[in-house]
Amino acid sequence: MMNKLKHRLLASSGFAASLIAIFAGLFVGFIILLITNPDQAVDGFVTILKGGFTGGAKGIGNIFYLATPIIMTGLSVGFAFKTGLFNIGASGQLIVGGYVAVLIGVLAPGLGSFHWVIALIGGMAAGALWAFIPGLLKALFNVHEVISSIMMNYIGMFMVNALVAETVFDSLRAQSLPVAQSAQMPTLGMDTLFKGSSVNAGIFVAILFVIVLYIILNKTTFGYELKACGFNKDASRYAGINAKRNIILSMTIAGAMAGVAGGLIYLAGSGKFIEIVDVLAMEGFTGISVALLASSNPIGVLFTGIFVSYITNGGFYMQLYDFVPEIIDIIISIIIYFSALALIVRHFFDRYALKSGLGDDDIPAPKVEPKRKRRIGLKNKEVDKDE
Amino acid sequence: MNSVYFLVQQTMFFSIPLLVVALGGMFSERGGVVNIALEGIMIMGAFASIFVISVLQDTMQGQLLLIIAILVAVAAGMIFSLFHAYASINMKANQVISGTALNMFAPAFATFVARTIQVTKSINFNNTFRIESVPLLGDIPVLGQLFFQNTYLTTFLGIAILIVSAFVLNKTKFGLRLRACGEHPQAADSVGINVYRMRYAGVLLSGALAGLGGLIFVIPTSTNFNATVSGYGFLALAVLIFGQWKPKRIIIAAFFFGFMKTLASAYTGIEFLSNLGISSYLYKMIPYIATLLVLALTSKKSQAPRASGIPYDKGLR
Repeated sequence: MMNKLKHRLLASSGFAASLIAIFAGLFVGFIILLITNPDQAVDGFVTILKGGFTGGAKGIGNIFYLATPIIMTGLSVGFAFKTGLFNIGASGQLIVGGYVAVLIGVLAPGLGSFHWVIALIGGMAAGALWAFIPGLLKALFNVHEVISSIMMNYIGMFMVNALVAETVFDSLRAQSLPVAQSAQMPTLGMDTLFKGSSVNAGIFVAILFVIVLYIILNKTTFGYELKACGFNKDASRYAGINAKRNIILSMTIAGAMAGVAGGLIYLAGSGKFIEIVDVLAMEGFTGISVALLASSNPIGVLFTGIFVSYITNGGFYMQLYDFVPEIIDIIISIIIYFSALALIVRHFFDRYALKSGLGDDDIPAPKVEPKRKRRIGLKNKEVDKDE
Repeated sequence: MNSVYFLVQQTMFFSIPLLVVALGGMFSERGGVVNIALEGIMIMGAFASIFVISVLQDTMQGQLLLIIAILVAVAAGMIFSLFHAYASINMKANQVISGTALNMFAPAFATFVARTIQVTKSINFNNTFRIESVPLLGDIPVLGQLFFQNTYLTTFLGIAILIVSAFVLNKTKFGLRLRACGEHPQAADSVGINVYRMRYAGVLLSGALAGLGGLIFVIPTSTNFNATVSGYGFLALAVLIFGQWKPKRIIIAAFFFGFMKTLASAYTGIEFLSNLGISSYLYKMIPYIATLLVLALTSKKSQAPRASGIPYDKGLR
């Protein structure tokens, strides 16, 4: 059984390719450390590998805390990818969602223990609306979603800056006011378990959405239609799928996820406030990396989100050895670059699986065969469409 | 009248980098490779050239240093774009993923190197490149004040690049072949054009122009470089699509956006606009909202090069 699973992972998905990409990225990172500071390179590299664990219980808690928003933005980007859309606008959706969550969190006390839930739903709705616009523009006017979401990023950022200054402004610190106690995410005792960290129920909210999106994509007709649109728009239209509706819905759901990410950041009660600066929220772009590493699979996003957070935490501790934490971003970008090259690796594995008779053990050979054929067939179709 | 001069000069500072980078993107995409990495390449070009300026500025100044910086920016952009070319042409990788990786790598690398060498992230330089007034041309009434005073060498370089690009793309053998590779690489290959080589040329050109664009963006607007070009690479991508992948329209798009951006940043200097009493945030939003609206009105028939984004596989002819 275990063996079968292993073979399936190797042969069918980009799992092995992702692992190779991760090793390659770490290797290049190590070389960069060696070049910049040979004496401490090994110590520094071990710190990266130990990730958040260096900080003990606090560090472990912070892995989950930092992972929460990027899992959500990863879900956002990945979900849109599944429909063939590139949601580069998670950043704007996040900040708009975060603002509405803060607004409800500050101005609507007396909602009792459901306060944070309502604030989160508000953020979700705002994020959804922010992505609905590019979706609509794409469906009705053929506006490229990459461009419109980039524009929406900036519009959202400036708008939130203006609105924060108008509504929930802490003029002493030039940032948003703290949310009411009831609007903060419950900690569920994790603040004592992981003492000193900011981990909260947000990570469970993220896991909940991972499951929801997994079910939508893999177990429902709607999800099937979305994926069909992403795979081949013309074929799915021919099959009677309403592509325009699906574009709008896919973007809206993606935006909702990014909106929740914003809510989770600013309701965490961890001392993060909306600052009035002309800088886009980084989490939106990290979400792209998280989604790409996971091949847009929601379950994969959960793990790649935790992985990215893990080594990012390692980067913080690297400053002990006089290293600049940006080395982590360098490593992640190299990992993504190598995962882009994964196609060739995947080919290699497929060939290896066929040649070594790997199919004989657990997977009957005919099962591998049609799979290859199908892939080749699809490639041809793509070219056909072009001709 | 003074504010008109000011507006035109400012618009140049905002538009020229957009124009140059969007033209770079055009070469890549017309050749069939989507280049979302423009932002990252801009950062690399700006980083390398500003770094060289900061090292050399004690011994050298003025236009000569600027020319050296330009060459460095072009070279850095080309070298960096090679990674994108290799992934998307040789390895047939997903071009969006490769571009995203480059976009993430560049600011991290620039910050890492700057902080490793000099502790702080920002690289300072003295701006000795401003041309008060171009000899002779600057003395022409009105026109001289509009275009030949308070300007930079890079502005004229940008205009020259536009003219050359339009000519190369539409009138030369190279341009036509490049476009063929972006529209129908199989057909191009069948008549003996080396698709891989043409696509490499397209991506390298985009690297050169985007690297240059990074330098052009930083010089007039700042005296330090903070490992960011404020999303200008993405905006250039918008200008490229808004400009329908055609040089003539790209210049309109670039100046439209540049003008809007100038209004947003300089409206306080214009009595009429500052008296309207509109929030500064609204002004900052205007360029983006306007672009979105214009796109909605003009995109219906928008058509990207047909084969852009699709790796060319010889075996699939």
